Parts: sequence; C-alpha cells; structure tokens
Amino acid sequence: MSAYPLVDHRPDVVVVGAGGAGLRATLGLAEAGLDTACITKVFPTRSHTVAAQGGISAALGNMGDDDWRYHFYDTVKGSDWLGDQDAIAYMCQEAPAAVIELEHYGLPFSRTEDGRIYQRPFGGMTTHYGKGIAQRTCAAADRTGHAMLHTLYQQSLKHRARFFIEYFAIDLIMDGGACRGVLALDMASGTLHRFLAQATILATGGYGRAYFSCTSAHTCTGDGGGMVLRAGLPLADMEFVQFHPTGIYGVGCLITEGVRGEGGILRNSAGERFMERYAPNARDLASRDVVSRAMTLEIREGRGVGPQRDHLHLHLEHLGADVIAKRLPGIAETAMIFANVDVTRAPIPVQPTVHYNMGGIPCNVQGEALTRADGRETTVPGLMAIGEAACVSVHGANRLGSNSLLDLVVFGRAAAAHCAKSLRRGAALPEPPPRAVEPLLDRFDRIRHADGDRPTASLRDEMQRAMQRDAAVFRTGETLTEGCAALARCHDAFRDLRITDRSLVYNTDLAEALELDNLLGQSLATIHSARNRTESRGAHAREDFPERDDAHWLKHTLAWVDAAGAVRFDYRPVQLDTQGAGVECIPPQVRAY
Amino acid sequence: MVQFRLPANSRYEDRPGRQHAAPAGATRLRQFRIYRYDPDSREPPRVDSFEVDLDSCGPMVLDALIKIKNEVDSTVTFRRSCREGICGSCAMNIDGVNSLACTQPIAAIRGAVRVFPLPHLPVVKDLVPDLDQFYRQYAAVEPWLQAAPAAPASGERRQSPSDQEKVDRPSACILCACCSTSCPSFWWNPERFLGPAALLAAYRWIVDSRDGATSERLAKLDEAFRLYRCHTIMNCVEACPKDLNPARAIADIKRRVAKGEG
Repeated sequence: MSAYPLVDHRPDVVVVGAGGAGLRATLGLAEAGLDTACITKVFPTRSHTVAAQGGISAALGNMGDDDWRYHFYDTVKGSDWLGDQDAIAYMCQEAPAAVIELEHYGLPFSRTEDGRIYQRPFGGMTTHYGKGIAQRTCAAADRTGHAMLHTLYQQSLKHRARFFIEYFAIDLIMDGGACRGVLALDMASGTLHRFLAQATILATGGYGRAYFSCTSAHTCTGDGGGMVLRAGLPLADMEFVQFHPTGIYGVGCLITEGVRGEGGILRNSAGERFMERYAPNARDLASRDVVSRAMTLEIREGRGVGPQRDHLHLHLEHLGADVIAKRLPGIAETAMIFANVDVTRAPIPVQPTVHYNMGGIPCNVQGEALTRADGRETTVPGLMAIGEAACVSVHGANRLGSNSLLDLVVFGRAAAAHCAKSLRRGAALPEPPPRAVEPLLDRFDRIRHADGDRPTASLRDEMQRAMQRDAAVFRTGETLTEGCAALARCHDAFRDLRITDRSLVYNTDLAEALELDNLLGQSLATIHSARNRTESRGAHAREDFPERDDAHWLKHTLAWVDAAGAVRFDYRPVQLDTQGAGVECIPPQVRAY
Repeated sequence: MVQFRLPANSRYEDRPGRQHAAPAGATRLRQFRIYRYDPDSREPPRVDSFEVDLDSCGPMVLDALIKIKNEVDSTVTFRRSCREGICGSCAMNIDGVNSLACTQPIAAIRGAVRVFPLPHLPVVKDLVPDLDQFYRQYAAVEPWLQAAPAAPASGERRQSPSDQEKVDRPSACILCACCSTSCPSFWWNPERFLGPAALLAAYRWIVDSRDGATSERLAKLDEAFRLYRCHTIMNCVEACPKDLNPARAIADIKRRVAKGEG
C-alpha cells in the first residue's frame, strides 16, 4: 500500500519553515558552512512574518532614554510572570545587536532626522520600570515584517542557502526518542522526500487558523506543533492565545498596535476613550490582553458600535494626513480596501481577533526541544524549534507587541549558533529503520485516500467555530468543558474525512486535510490546557477563577495528545532566576497598567 | 505570414467545461468562469462555470474562490495565504487583468468573473503557475546590500529621511509577479529580459544610499535585453496591486546608465 518511492536528502541541518525565524537560522547555518536544507510550504517571502506591521523592539534609545533592563522588566510584566526570566534577559540584551544586524543587512528602516532607526511607542513598553512611555519599537513604516522577511530572504540568496520551496512537511522521522529528520511532500511534483539530518529545526509558526476569526494567514496551521504531538512529544502553554485588540471587524485583517503607538485612540458608542477607565496610566497602550478584555467588556455592557453593537472604533483622524501617509500608509490602504474607511476622516471598526500563540514546542534558549519523562526534563536529540512555533518561553502568558519579530531573529540566530558549535559538517548518520518511516507513509496514504462523508472544509469550520465560541477572550469551566466535547467530536469525525482530489500534483485538497489534522491536535491541546488551568493569567482569563494563583500555577503546562485525542498533562517550573544575566529577577507582583 | 502552432493540450476552447449551478434559494448570483488544468489527466484545459450567491460570500474574488473550493469543488487549485494583499500568493488574471484575488472586489467587475492563471507562464495546475523563471530573474539582480562601506562597529548606518524615502516605495514590492507577467516584452523574452519586478528590485538597491555597488549594478544591467527590452508599455504600472511604478524605476535606471552614473 505505502509503496511510495522516496527521494533522500542528507543535509547537516533541515529547517522547516522560511519565515523570519527559519530564514535567520538558515542563513546563519549557511554562513557557518553547514549543509542546510530549508523546506517551506510557501515561497519564503509569502510566509506570515511578511504581515507583521508595527515593528521590532530593541532598547536602542534612539528616541530618548532606554535600557535593555527596562525592556526586560516590561516583557516579564507583560508575560504575567509566566515568562522564563533567563530567556527574557537573553532576548532583551541581544535585541539591540539583532536589530543593528538587520540594518547592516540592508533592512529599509524608517529614519529619524539625524539618520538613526525610527522607533515608536508600543503597548506595554515603558522606561524606568513602568514610569515613562518608551519609544522602543523599530519600524519600517507599517510594513516592518515585510521589510524584514524580504531582507532575510535576500541575505539567504547571498549566502546561497538551499531552499526546497512548496515542500509540505508531513511528519518527523523519530527513532528511539530522537528526531532523525522529516518526511515532506513536494507539492509541484507530488513526490515524497526524506530529509535526514543531524538536526531538524521547526520554524513553522503559529496555528491561528484553529479559530474562525484570526489575523493569521490561511497557511498558519502550526504544522510543526502537529508533527510534534504525533511524535509523542508535548506542547507547552497552549492555553495562552493572544487576541489582538484591533482586527478589522468582520474580516479579521490586522490593524497594527503602531496606530495606537502613533496616537490612535479606541472609543465606544458614547465616544468615550474607555481605556482610561481600565488602564489609567498606559490607556490605549496597555498590554494586548488588557485592551482586548476591556473591549470585550465594553461590548458586553452594550457600549459597542454598529447595528449589532458588537465592535468598537479606532480613531486616527486626529493624527493628520501627513503622519498617516508617512508612518501608517499600509493601514490606510488596508482600511480602505477591507472596511471602506478613509482613515483621515472616519474611524476603523475593530474587534479583538486571534493573533498569536504564546504556547508551542517547549525548548531552551539554544532552541533544543524539551520533553519530560519520569519527572525528569530532557532535550529531544536532533529536534529544535524557534519562532512562534516554539515556547522558550519569552512571552509567557501574554506577548508584548513587537517582541515577536525580535524573538524570530534572536532565537533563529541562537539556534544556528548552537548547531555551528555542536554539529560537525558531513558527520555520517545511521540509516533510520523502516519502522521509523512506514507508519508515516501509512498515515499519509490514509488521508490521501480518505473517502468518508466529511469534506475538510466542513470539519474545519466546525472546529474553528467551537474554538471561537469556547476558548474566547473570557473563558469559564463550563464553556471549556463544552469546547472539549466539541473538539472530541471533531477529532473523531476526522476518521470520516473526505478528500476529492486524488492526484498528487499540487493537491491542495490533500494539503488542507493534512493541515486540519495539525490544527485539530493543537486545538485539543489548547482547550484542554485552558480547562485545566484554574486561574487567570495574561491572555488566559477564567471568569470562574478571576485571580492569578501563583501558589498553584506559576508553572508551564505541558500537554500530550495521543492518537485517540486524549490529553495528558505535566508541568515545567517557571525560571525566575536570570542566571547571572546582569539583571535582577523581578518577583511576581500585581500587574496593573 | 508565419503560422504558429500552439503546444498540444493548451487550448481551453477545445474542451467543454463543467457547469455548477447555484444552490436553490440563492439570492444574488454571479457567475465565475475558472480555468482548470489537471496535468495528471493529460486532457486539455477547460473553463468551468460556478454560480456563486454573493449574499453568502465575502466581497473579494478570493472569498468566492474559497467558497467554491469549500462548498462545491475542493479540487479547484490556487495559491493563497495572507488574504490582505501583502504576501503576493494569490496573483492571478482576473477579468483580463493581473491582480491579487484577495484585494480584488467582486463588485468592481461587471458580468461573469473570468479567473485565469497569470499569463505566459507554464501552468502547474488550475490557477497555479510555475514561477521559477520569475524567481531566478529576481535572484539574478543580486538583490542584497553590496560593497557597502564597512558598517560601523556599533550602531546603524546613518541614512537621512530623504534618502530613505527613495528606497521606501521600491522596497514595498511583494513579488507577486503581476507586473512581469503583464509585460509583452517579458512574454517574448522571458529568458533574457529581466522584467519589471526584477528591475524594480535592482533599482531598490541602486537608489539605496547604503549600497556601494551602483556602478557594477548599472553595468550589469546595461545590455540590449536585460534592461532595454522595456519599451515603456506601462502594463506593469497598471497591473501593480501595490501602486508601485516599475516603469519609472526602469526609466531612471536607463537615465543613470546614459549619464554614466555610478
């Protein structure tokens, strides 16, 4: 049955994904002389990093006083103390060099009058440990992600990195608890490829498409997380899903926090600047979880706008046409196309929209994937993860805006450096046994010939609506229990899947089914982890447990999902020790903005 | 007069397409005529018709394509990702014009909506063209910072806001290929003419005050085909979904070559 001819590749390292993290790792590996294959299901510049708008944080101090230790404090506080402080210290300390490196690569940053990189205020970014407002977010107008992704691809071309474009990663090749590579489908030819490598780096991004309404691209299906679950490995902190306060009402397209950084204001149906009530100091520039909850409460209490009173208004008319044209041209374009709004005259209709996954593949600062067995934590030999796919954890329970682009380059670079140090070019690898690959081919073949009653689109829709309804901005034990049952039904229905396209050449019907399987595993992990965590922290707001509970829950969730869809938990301690990183630990405090 | 023979299995007029009627109770119908080609079937391409109820469909052409794939025929094949006009995946020929399906409103099109792959490229399947040639041309202009004066040991290279402004628009290209595949010169000489997208990418570095390889870049472009097959037809400007102006960039490259700049 599974008589698929396999094409073999034996690079030193295989990187899965060519977004910001994958490209930064790939070019670092190529630079270090390691034979690297980067496989990606979309052409590199089409990865979703391209849609990041506002910028990348780093305490350069170009616009006034700043210090990486302030950035560290803000990130710890933003994470609601779930972030690991050694990792956060590493990221914030590395940030200025990482941004300067991007400038040296040629990234077309916006500039100050004296020619330095322009920086704008962003949510939760302060100076002097919460006292002032920082201008820390380095921007290329409002298309910083686009500028970054194209720059990194250009550098990869310069270093002659090897890309396998429109290759869809199907599963990890595991042998005795170690990762030996990845099985992938070449979409254009329909052939299957084994990439056998000393290290496999997953840079596959988030799984925003588990939800009905999200800012994420159609391709954000968290394929790395799905593969990790099927390999019998855990995912961490999956209950923490960020809702971005300003997705365009109805369509979900992102409107950057940079709008509020440049002075934009949220107002309710009474025209009131309601954030003043929820976050008297930071107001519209409070953390995303805080603003999203405030908006949800405003809508719930009847102060939403529109015929259904189910969204709010983001005003930027008062910024003036010049500032908008110079700093926010893409927003003006997007608002016109998708909301038919001229932002110089009218507000943008917005609502909190799923945006980012703080959870992911648990790993250390070098990017090595972690698991736990018999109460002991171990690395998974041969497996690494970076970017949104990973959970280091630098974002904890809530990511600050502009820390994600930073995460990509800092940890992409760290992963490449770790490989350069620990791997030997051309080191021989034993052939993985047939039993490591055969089950993967069987699963692929089964999905490819799926002949049930449920088309992928209908099952995906059922899953997305359940997640949207039951794992929303506010959660209760009741909604989450309903959600667990709904997701269990979706998981069971996957056995009854139907695929119509039986060809192998560019079979997107098949690709969408494989993506759905990845989404389903992660949705299960998300909703069960959310039900399991009986406290409120960061983006995880339980109405039945409204307080943060450090005595019981100052720990990372690890969730395993088995083939039957059953979820099991273990935990990792939160690292409060900064391990001599030149900054003191910030002990848990009340989090107010 | 010269007689051209089209390759076998390339004429969609030779084969009737399938008709998919709207479901009962549909209120506001619009017909979508979609190019279909399945390389496995060894049959010529065809054009299928789908009736879509616009009252249960999003406003953009991509919304209709997704609705068709989800509800009527899941074998309809196209690229898409960001759905907000920044990734460049869903470039296709819609109503005779190259554009992004995700930002092309259905309401702006009169009558049946004809959806074809980007023209003059090999078709992999349905609306998915083979873009290898396009990507090779992009790489051929070596689109990365070169021979810059050594970067300062610490801190960024300085660039004035007015110098940055020169790079700002040209660097906003999303590599969707709408421009190059709308260019008749590119159709005739895809192997030798770089095409508007690659030339815009070259220009983006030529005007970057931080790049030190301007004369080498201009010298490399100064060739009868690579640059000078641009005959200012301006389809590229018309086609660009990001309102960029590759034609002006190409004209400026020609001017700089003529003046011996660099």
